[in-house]
Amino acid sequence: MFGYSMADIGNILVMQGFSGLSMFTVLLLMALGLAIIFGQMGVINMAHGEFMTIGAYTTVMLSKVATTYGFVNYYFVFAIILAFILAFALGYFIEFIMIRHLYKRPLDTLLATWGLSLVMQQSFRSTFGAKEVSAELPEWMLGSFKPTPDIDIPINGVFVMVLALFVTAGVYMFMYRSRWGLRVRATVQNRVMAGAVGINTQKVDRVTFALGCGIAGIAGAAFTTIASTGPTTGALYIVDSFMVVVFGGAASLMGTIASAFGIAQAQSILQFFMTSSMGKVTTLLVIVGILMMKPEGLFASKLRK
Amino acid sequence: MSTLNRRNFMRVGGVLAAALLSAGILTNTALAADTSTAKVMTTGLAVTDTTVKVGILHSATGTMAISETGSIQAEKLAIEQINAMGGILGRKIEVIQEDGASDWPTFAEKAKKLLASDKVAAVMGCWTSASRKAALPVFEKENGLLFYPTFYEGLEQSKNVFYTGQEATQQILAGLDWIAKEKKAKSFYLIGSDYIWPRTSMKIARKHIERNLKGTVVGEEYIALGDTQFGSVINKIKLKKPDVIYAAVVGGSNVAWFKQLNAAGLNSSKQTMLTISVTEDEVLGIGGENLAGFYSAMKYFQSQTNPENVKFVAAFKKRWGKDAVIGDVTQAAYLGPWLYKAAVERAGSFDVDKVQAALPGYVFKDAPEGPVTVEANHHLTTKLRVGKWRKDGQADVVYTSDYIKPDPFPKGYQ
Repeated sequence: MFGYSMADIGNILVMQGFSGLSMFTVLLLMALGLAIIFGQMGVINMAHGEFMTIGAYTTVMLSKVATTYGFVNYYFVFAIILAFILAFALGYFIEFIMIRHLYKRPLDTLLATWGLSLVMQQSFRSTFGAKEVSAELPEWMLGSFKPTPDIDIPINGVFVMVLALFVTAGVYMFMYRSRWGLRVRATVQNRVMAGAVGINTQKVDRVTFALGCGIAGIAGAAFTTIASTGPTTGALYIVDSFMVVVFGGAASLMGTIASAFGIAQAQSILQFFMTSSMGKVTTLLVIVGILMMKPEGLFASKLRK
Repeated sequence: MSTLNRRNFMRVGGVLAAALLSAGILTNTALAADTSTAKVMTTGLAVTDTTVKVGILHSATGTMAISETGSIQAEKLAIEQINAMGGILGRKIEVIQEDGASDWPTFAEKAKKLLASDKVAAVMGCWTSASRKAALPVFEKENGLLFYPTFYEGLEQSKNVFYTGQEATQQILAGLDWIAKEKKAKSFYLIGSDYIWPRTSMKIARKHIERNLKGTVVGEEYIALGDTQFGSVINKIKLKKPDVIYAAVVGGSNVAWFKQLNAAGLNSSKQTMLTISVTEDEVLGIGGENLAGFYSAMKYFQSQTNPENVKFVAAFKKRWGKDAVIGDVTQAAYLGPWLYKAAVERAGSFDVDKVQAALPGYVFKDAPEGPVTVEANHHLTTKLRVGKWRKDGQADVVYTSDYIKPDPFPKGYQ
């Protein structure tokens, strides 16, 4: 790092720290919905990315309406809510017609949801066209926040960060502080027993799946600020999402958070000192190594199967 | 005032009948002398007295549909226009469209189907280099004819392919010359997606910058396809402070790259960037506000005001909707059917070998981008343009080069 002034290096450190945190929240938001579905229900939802895409398209469509009727500055709040509702509703429906028949056949859910993802991709393509679209962003979300003239903190990054915190807190409250969460956890730990004490386990499954999809919808809406919206956008996220969940250990919210943090920091730092694709490769190698030693992931679930 | 009595009627009728008859005989003899099917086609292609079959082979589904849709539209438009003018040697073009589905082996399979079982006389198609490389052996074995629209890395030349887009040196050298002179740029940061086209292009760019422009390359970076996180890369760029970022990022990454670059404060007022991977099509996804002020080096921009282009844009919008945009490759795809028509007419034959031999040397004067010449190496001599993007997703052409001869195997750049 010789040849650069101390001030330069200081500024870069700040921005690099932020970029690591920003990547952490992006990964977290991506993986949360999947963590709920995979972690709590053991269903591998390959269509997770497509539920994000629903959120993204919802935002794009709403942004068009907003530009027409002049509420561009605050439509994003509605977009997030609407994205959640739509993805939740579709998830609820999909669980009803497809997933619930496959609970005893985990590998078949993999195949079925993968098929679902293809169907969804093609429906996006037929409905919205093959070309990528972009959402009109409100003025306040563009550009960067400058504590000093040489430091730029991207506002959309801050936005995703705040949103991820809210959603994580929400999921935590739901899972660990509400009656619903109690039922979900009871069902995960012992389905038969939970049924015996009067929990409607079918309904719990359906709501859990739908919730996971809904959160994916929120993530998709948020990602329109930093990335692309097209029929196959979801495929960009699915690998990272799975990586975070598997690495974190399936059944634990803490695991997902820790794993998102670890992966993001490793990748962010490595990409700074190596080239971008080498940074990614190295991160993956480390993850593979750790998973070989700890196949259950960072935070292994402690429940009896 | 004459009345139409029986004698008059007979006289008029007789003249009319004679005229019709002789006209008919004349046309028939003309056809027989010139363009009877037996004469213009001797190799079993799907050519009849009134039709000729031509294939379109692009991805209408899958990841690449984003890019290839425009090419399909342009090719169909050209074919419809050719048919409205009477077709090729009096034969209407019948399109057989196949879907490569963004899957390279599928391209090979569909190419085989088009050539071996449909016996199409020519194919307009392929988009990515990977799909072209997959289909190429089929075209060479079946002796088919492919018109390929995309700007690509060069290092290829086949007698069975005509390349209507630019090869790498055509797109790269003049653009770099311009930005070095115009912006007095000395230091460059190269960034591209991690596959053959950006890597080959950057290799050429680096050689040109270091050897001919006496500049320095302060960073060279490749991003995994589909990666959407650019925080670290952007910070590296901020540290190195290059005069120019030279970018060839594609697909979903492209959108993320521009959005995050802007959000990190590196907009066009602070940073000069020249990209070779952004056309009007990509702007739809990136958003004009994220791109305004940056430069693209392409051979064609929709905003060109020459009469040929004005006509083309109007026809394209009439056919595909007023919101349709036309990127560089879309325009190049539009050239394919027209070049094929010209080649067949020059050859007086649909036979592939004769068509191949007849096309080089042809100057297509009415091309929307401006006149292009087909060279012996099956690439086109074209101009290069640099466009400066506006917020509305169109570009102002700020520089037009002289004609640049295609050089798919550039000496000293490999």
